[in-house]
Amino acid sequence: MQHTATQDTLVGLFVAAGIAGLFFLALQVSNLSSFGQQDTYTVTARFESSGGLKIKSAVSAAGVKIGKVTNISFDTKTYQAVVSMAIDAKYNTLPDDTTASIFTAGLLGEQYVNLDAGGSDTVLKNGSQIDITQSAIILEKIIGQFLFKSAEEKAQGDKK
Amino acid sequence: MMQFFQNLGADTRTSFTKLGRGTYFLLSTLAGIASILPRPRLLMNQLYSVGVLSFLIITISGLFVGMLLGLQGFYILSDFGAEESLGVMVSASLVRELGPVVTALLFAGRAGSALTAEIGLMKATEQLSGMEMMAVDPIRRIITPRFLAGFISMPLLAALFSAVGIIGGQLVGSGLLGVDDGSYWSQMQTQIDFYDDILNGVIKSVIFGFVTSWIALFEGYDAIPTSEGVSRATTRTVVNSAFSILILDFILTALMFGDK
Repeated sequence: MQHTATQDTLVGLFVAAGIAGLFFLALQVSNLSSFGQQDTYTVTARFESSGGLKIKSAVSAAGVKIGKVTNISFDTKTYQAVVSMAIDAKYNTLPDDTTASIFTAGLLGEQYVNLDAGGSDTVLKNGSQIDITQSAIILEKIIGQFLFKSAEEKAQGDKK
Repeated sequence: MMQFFQNLGADTRTSFTKLGRGTYFLLSTLAGIASILPRPRLLMNQLYSVGVLSFLIITISGLFVGMLLGLQGFYILSDFGAEESLGVMVSASLVRELGPVVTALLFAGRAGSALTAEIGLMKATEQLSGMEMMAVDPIRRIITPRFLAGFISMPLLAALFSAVGIIGGQLVGSGLLGVDDGSYWSQMQTQIDFYDDILNGVIKSVIFGFVTSWIALFEGYDAIPTSEGVSRATTRTVVNSAFSILILDFILTALMFGDK
């Protein structure tokens, strides 16, 4: 090979471009940058129904993502869903009377846990349990109630 | 009837001998890696012809595949009012499947066939025997650098393919069709997991690089040393690589994403 320097440069550029592509995928495309190996603490909450909540679903407070769901299990004594959440260690000032509710992002979106801060002076620590919870809203139930209600109204209207 | 069984037996025997020769070939190639390390120039030359020369076809295909996914995904997702998920769709399909698979297929067509033809011609013109005469091991001198180059280039090319494709999807999605730029990226970042999606894609491309380089080099080395034999070997490289890539991809996907 005659033009060794040019060739080396081209190979170098190629390898650099490939590694840049990998970094792009890791940092820009995946969730590695937002929640990697950061310190977290775990709190649990009991819900009557966990709805469509999944492991890795977001945990947010005031619309900001502060953690994720790490485990969902069924308690055979109380018949409740036990949801464990890993919350980023820098958000360590959540009061222990915080309310946890399961909301849906948009009409058909993913379900997530929303934390509403309370007013207590003591804060949630690793292993704490959130006592005040609000279960997932199940769309079918609401549609059922709505249909039932409108049928009832119609029946009353017919009587008049 | 006896003829049928005789043919079947002969076919079985030839395919097993070929598999055995292929495995022996692979092992002696891998054994040669240690002797390459003090001579990086051999590897550099091959990285140039295998990697750098494939760069253009991979990036351009990646760009257009990504743009196509953006366009098609937009039309499908807008039926459900979920255009914001375009980024997830484009990146998940690229990172998990299309990136490694299409790159490997293009790589087999672009670099694999060239490797087979080169080695086959070396064999036909008795260059390999000439090296042996000079007490130079042709596997270490010729095969191992090419194998390593293919093995190194594939994951890099696949990562480039996916990255360029995702940018292409973004160009079409938010540039042309008006998907919100922020939700394109943010939905992608929440849905794509580094270990489950990206790392598995990289593992796939490493395995494909290993398999395509092995097939290409072995077919060349095992070719009948005539012009017809070399042309047949080149065809076999492309066909066998495509088969192995697609079958392996199914198996790997079932193993990696099966438990979801």
